[in-house]
Amino acid sequence: MSRSPYLSAAPSVSVIMLKVALALLPAIAAYVYVYGPAILVSITLATVTALGVEAAMLKLRNRPVKPFLYDGSALVTAWLLALAIPPLAPWWLIVVGVAFSIVIAKQLYGGLGYNPFNPAMIGYAVLLISFPLLMSGWSAPLELAKVQLSFAEQLNYIFSGHLPTGVAIDAITSATPLDYLKTQLTLNHTAQAVMNAPIFGAFGGKGNELVTFAYLLGGLYLLQQNIITWHLPVAFLAAIALISGAFYMVDSSHYVSPLFHLLSGATMLAAFFIITDPVSGPTTPRGKLVFAAGIGLLTYLIRVLGGYPDGVAFAVIIFNICVPLIDTYTQPRVFGHAK
Amino acid sequence: MNAFVNITSLLKSAREFFPFHGGVHPPENKLQSTVLPIAQLPLPEKLILPLRQHVGNIPRLKVIVGDIVLKGQLLAEAEGMVSAAIHAPTSGVITAIEDAIIPHPSGLPDRCVTLLADGKDTWIAKTPIDWRNTERAELVKKLRMSGIVGLGGATFPTHIKLNAQGKSGVHTLVINAAECEPYITCDDKLMRERAAEIVKGISIAQHLLGAEQVLIGIEDNKPEASSAMRAAVAEGLFDNMQVKTVPTLYPSGDARRLVYLLMGFEIPSDKRSTDVGIQVFNVATVLALHRYFDYGEPSLSRIVSMTGDVAQPQNFEVLFGTPVGDLVKAAGGAKPNVNRYIMGGPMMGFDLPAFNREYTHVPLTKAANCIIAASPALFAEPPPAMPCIRCARCADVCPVSLQPQELYWFAKGKELEKAREYKLFDCIECGACSYVCPSNIPLVQYYRYGKSEIIALDRAKEAADIARERNDFKLERIEREKNERAERNAVKGLAAKEAALAKAKTAEITDAPVIAVDDKKAAITAAIERAKAIKAGQADAPKNVAEVSSSVAAEIKAIDARRQAAESKLVDTALTDSAIVSEAEKQAKIAAAIAKAKAAKEAKLAEQAANKLT
Repeated sequence: MSRSPYLSAAPSVSVIMLKVALALLPAIAAYVYVYGPAILVSITLATVTALGVEAAMLKLRNRPVKPFLYDGSALVTAWLLALAIPPLAPWWLIVVGVAFSIVIAKQLYGGLGYNPFNPAMIGYAVLLISFPLLMSGWSAPLELAKVQLSFAEQLNYIFSGHLPTGVAIDAITSATPLDYLKTQLTLNHTAQAVMNAPIFGAFGGKGNELVTFAYLLGGLYLLQQNIITWHLPVAFLAAIALISGAFYMVDSSHYVSPLFHLLSGATMLAAFFIITDPVSGPTTPRGKLVFAAGIGLLTYLIRVLGGYPDGVAFAVIIFNICVPLIDTYTQPRVFGHAK
Repeated sequence: MNAFVNITSLLKSAREFFPFHGGVHPPENKLQSTVLPIAQLPLPEKLILPLRQHVGNIPRLKVIVGDIVLKGQLLAEAEGMVSAAIHAPTSGVITAIEDAIIPHPSGLPDRCVTLLADGKDTWIAKTPIDWRNTERAELVKKLRMSGIVGLGGATFPTHIKLNAQGKSGVHTLVINAAECEPYITCDDKLMRERAAEIVKGISIAQHLLGAEQVLIGIEDNKPEASSAMRAAVAEGLFDNMQVKTVPTLYPSGDARRLVYLLMGFEIPSDKRSTDVGIQVFNVATVLALHRYFDYGEPSLSRIVSMTGDVAQPQNFEVLFGTPVGDLVKAAGGAKPNVNRYIMGGPMMGFDLPAFNREYTHVPLTKAANCIIAASPALFAEPPPAMPCIRCARCADVCPVSLQPQELYWFAKGKELEKAREYKLFDCIECGACSYVCPSNIPLVQYYRYGKSEIIALDRAKEAADIARERNDFKLERIEREKNERAERNAVKGLAAKEAALAKAKTAEITDAPVIAVDDKKAAITAAIERAKAIKAGQADAPKNVAEVSSSVAAEIKAIDARRQAAESKLVDTALTDSAIVSEAEKQAKIAAAIAKAKAAKEAKLAEQAANKLT
């Protein structure tokens, strides 16, 4: 039996996943700077939960635990979900979300490589539908918060739900820019007027802009490392820019600039870390363009027309369903065959 | 429109090369074995010559044990169209003709002739051929006796490639000197040291094919070889012969990829290069042509790169049948941690089979371009395979623009029709996909498995169709014979009337036998026609058989043989059946029965096709 090729030049799955985790570090650092260290708590909770349930599920499914625990995919899912939910949410929220992601969305479908949906987005959607109030309780950026909690006070709030005496919940949380924008626009304020509110920075949400740029930085690293290809982020960002630009040009009093849509919410996180999940995405180059552009358009439409302030999670899940179809119809021409 | 075509063709000719999709660039590791010049391996004591060193039929033996043979003497002649001769690489005595271990991935033994060298290396009388003044057909006939096969590794008998002349005009001869696999340097060294002879061989091949132009494709990691070839071409004053460098990118040495690189033309998947006026020869093969026509020396040796974990990697001129142990010894011996020998390069090569953990007796054949002494340090054991994460790196590097991740999925899930639909048979098994797979999935092995499953399935389906047809026919005949018996009995009952009708009957009989004989003949011809038609229908066997690995090729051959046997049986049955039957009426019934069976089969097939569509 021939075993060729005897050579290999591929980074292992573990290395790929660890590089993705590494690419998230700038954003996590920015997060800590902008919102305080609470995110580190949710990341830790998410990691422990993910690895724990992953190991338990592998054991139950009679799969070797070590190679699959070390592949790093559970870690990445955990971190992405932790970065997507409010850091000051009660501790069990992230635990429930991650457990759902790993157990239901990943392991019950067959584990690594077999999940049709992006596990982190399934976890996110489940939390958003089940606990909408908790999922919208975003902590305010430190520079905007009326009260700044110490790390001990943040920990106490996460695990027991008690705030220091005299501090109201409103003092430490605020609406996200997308949320605020949506609410204000429904109250018939013009977009320009809304954008003058203090929670907005130069491009997106104040403070959150920094995290967004950190995602971009991490994404460029992934591109440079050939972990992802340009197709997905470029098509996604271009689609958002084009459709938001079109709306903005038609009616700038009701629709905000493309720059805001590119630099707020989960746009950058999705462009480089969410829609780039290879398992639940398409594989052909043209398929990637279709998939990413579709998610971009749908994300924008959910933002401006739908019931949720951001639309990444639902857009991703909907387009995950379309992946087999997209792949089938975007097969490249094989060498020596007519189209 | 015409102007546009002219401009595009002008632009095309202005470009140096046309990059193909994908490809990989593994560490070349070619320097080690190019330090020293090509050395002649000392004459081995014993040569083991597998009769099948080429793609095609096993040649017919012309010697028996005990025969004393001279160097260059024919040991076995080509049998059938696709076959190649074997000659004695040195003088000596035939000591055995038996199954012995051969360098094949299956590890199965095959028929070999053992030649004990007498050490004198005495040549048989050599007869050079005046190829410029000889009929082409005569030259091709002569070439059949040369034992020359494609020395790039495909080992396709060369006389078949040259036979193309007349069928379709070959306008371009491509000389494959890309040598894209890591470690292998035999063509590189050959070009550096024997460029003039190679160019002579090229002009012979060009003459035989009647090709207008020659393109010599060399990867840009062989500058010495390129300049040596350029100098030889210039010195020989050959017009229309061009040395072209192509980027170092595996697998540029694959014939279809090289033709595209040089000409910007994709050979259609369902055609051979000859069909579109292009023929591809390896440099070592054309050199063998030169030795055969200009010196009368048949194919007896080749250059082999002995590299990897040996004391001094080097290229050697090796007689076919030389045990690999002799080669390893000549390179200073293997390093202590060597645990296997790989024939070919690290991308497409295979482990030499070990007999009692002993490699030394495995003979080097016409296909042996490189032997790598490998240790775990040289080629690490691959880590266990992980699930596919659909990263599509494999698709990015596939030189055929296939979707390896889908093919893997289909082969693994035995969705063979899907695999065929996704062009599994266009896969050239270059291994680029496995090379970049983060999950270490042995993709090529899955594809080989998928191909062999599909071939086996097609074979089984054919056999089943034939069996069904024969069964329908048999049932029909039983029914008919029953009716006839009943008729005869009825006739006997009417014996009294018979006498009265005797006169009229004799008048009828005088005509009848003539008609019966004619009809019988017609029926036999029809049966043969039908069998032929069936055979013709089966001619669209899986494509790319010329490019598939030798193991797959061998398997396809075996299948073909069985299929032919089945067909001839069918013809036999048709003949015997029709011979028994004497009356014209019966023949008509048989024809009707077969037509009926066929119609039923076709209806069924149509139904199946319709089902598939819906």
